Amino acid sequence: MLDVHEMEVNFGPQHPSTHGVLRVLLRIDGERIIDAKPIIGYLHRGTEKLFEHMAYPQCIPHTDRMDYVASATNNLGFVETVEKLMGITGQIPRRAQLMRVMLSELQRISSHLLWLATHAIDIGAMTPFFYTFREREVVLDLFENYCGARLTLNCMRIGGMPDDLPAGWLDDLEAFVDRFDAAIDEYESLLTNNRIWKRRTIGIGVLSPEDAIEWGVTGPPLRGSGVNWDLRKALPYECYSELDFEVPLGINGDTYDRYLCRMAEMRQSRRILSQCIPLIKATPAGDIKAKISRVVRPPEGEVYHSIESPKGELGYYIVSDGKSQSAYRCHVRPPSFVNLQALPAMAKGHLVSDLVALIGTIDIVLGEVDR
Amino acid sequence: MADETTEQPGQPAAAPAAPAAPAARSLDDIKRDPLVAAAVARVDDAITGAREQVGEITLVVDRDRIVEVCRAFKSDGFVYLVDLCGVDYSKFPGNTNPRFAVAYTLYSFQKNGRVRLKVFTDEETAVPSVTSVWKTANWHERETFDMLGIQFSGHPNLERILMWEGFNGHPLRKDFPVRGIDTGARIYPEVFPEGGGPKAGSTGKDVKDVNIYKGEWKNYGLWPVAQIGGGNGAKAPAPAPAPKPVAAAPSEDEG
Repeated sequence: MLDVHEMEVNFGPQHPSTHGVLRVLLRIDGERIIDAKPIIGYLHRGTEKLFEHMAYPQCIPHTDRMDYVASATNNLGFVETVEKLMGITGQIPRRAQLMRVMLSELQRISSHLLWLATHAIDIGAMTPFFYTFREREVVLDLFENYCGARLTLNCMRIGGMPDDLPAGWLDDLEAFVDRFDAAIDEYESLLTNNRIWKRRTIGIGVLSPEDAIEWGVTGPPLRGSGVNWDLRKALPYECYSELDFEVPLGINGDTYDRYLCRMAEMRQSRRILSQCIPLIKATPAGDIKAKISRVVRPPEGEVYHSIESPKGELGYYIVSDGKSQSAYRCHVRPPSFVNLQALPAMAKGHLVSDLVALIGTIDIVLGEVDR
Repeated sequence: MADETTEQPGQPAAAPAAPAAPAARSLDDIKRDPLVAAAVARVDDAITGAREQVGEITLVVDRDRIVEVCRAFKSDGFVYLVDLCGVDYSKFPGNTNPRFAVAYTLYSFQKNGRVRLKVFTDEETAVPSVTSVWKTANWHERETFDMLGIQFSGHPNLERILMWEGFNGHPLRKDFPVRGIDTGARIYPEVFPEGGGPKAGSTGKDVKDVNIYKGEWKNYGLWPVAQIGGGNGAKAPAPAPAPKPVAAAPSEDEG
């Protein structure tokens, strides 16, 4: 018999706070969540199957469409994995490496700005949305100036970059970098000490460090729980090892700490960008592509490589048969998919309105969850 | 792996010679690698093969002992299961192993290194689930089952995760057509019983026959044209649908 105190409710898939087409089957007692079961797959497009049927360079635009608010890092993960399999990681010119780092960090900023806007609006704070989108617009303009696209950038190539930076791009970036810290202060003045914001986020969705690792959670949710692990530091790629930045950590592992982590990460990204500008000015213009064959045909074998995307560890596992120009198998390890799995553990015992905060704090993109 | 180089056809001598690849290490040498030596020592006989490529160690593990091996690695610091996925090797050139492989990527925070475990299996034989070792394996194994049809024994709820229940076939198998199959999804799923769509590997020619619904059209079929395009001057009023009892209406017993 159905317990009259318990109800089953579908949260989503058509709900604005699920950030896409996530459906959560809730068992609730009044407003309190007894159990939550995420149901995914509504945005499944068979990306991994498509990868098997197209040449490696053709896959790059498809990676854009997984985490569609952070496509530069998706590109980066894919091209680095293929480069690692081909053994040409060391041949990437320094200018291309710096451009990749800059685009990734700009992408991290833009992804975190979108996260902040939607997370705040879910919880009920409308104002930060307008402020964050003001800066996000500048970042997207920078992307547009570089590659012509604003969201699905397709901005990296196996062996380097497609184009050199356009004239004046670095000046625009410098102007943005100069005033971005003040903008973060502005967002923080709206939220960090806001009593309502604190009430809605402190102590919500606590994830202990052990649980976080057990669930495979990565990125800001892992660091919010106090685990000092960032792939840019642990297994540095490109030229991150020579850049000076810190990994912000939380203490309590709750929604508020994850919020603080991401805010601090944006400041660190700004720091990285400001270091990159003089470095890239010292490199010869136009040296952006390694001298490799146009036909990408990696040797037979398998490789796993991952990078720190704005959401967490984004990994690619590629099996190549050494004969064809397309991957025999390409598996994506999406951070959103894995992080979302921890949602039931975080949601138990909280109110339905807190679930909205939790979905926001995990920072999922359903295009990446379902691929 | 012995003398693989990165030379590419079509552009001779463009790429500088790849740094002299170190000679491939033997199975015993890889087992003695400081990254894995301690864990391997506990389950030495369960590891049947090894390969090293681009600095990554892959250990082939006896399928039935994968849980034991994973526990050994976990207690040796590999506490983070990065990834778990399957590969269909049926069209791989020169493959002599069973059809499917499951690859486990583990990471150790102390050693700051990854190791990949690999088991081989065929269509029928289930791989022991490692959900008891890592909670995060749950969705990974569900996805592997959904996409490739690899069975995992001991999994708490091995059901489809990305495709819908009742979908017929496993899309990442090599015999599944890339353009997809007609699943009859335009009709409500109740029309088709579990797995009622065309089989994987279908050429598409037989799809129409398979999908013709032979039973009786219920209310959820097509709307009668008269009811939709009837307009206000229609003489025949649409028959009022009989009110159906709503299943399990929790209305009368609210305290």
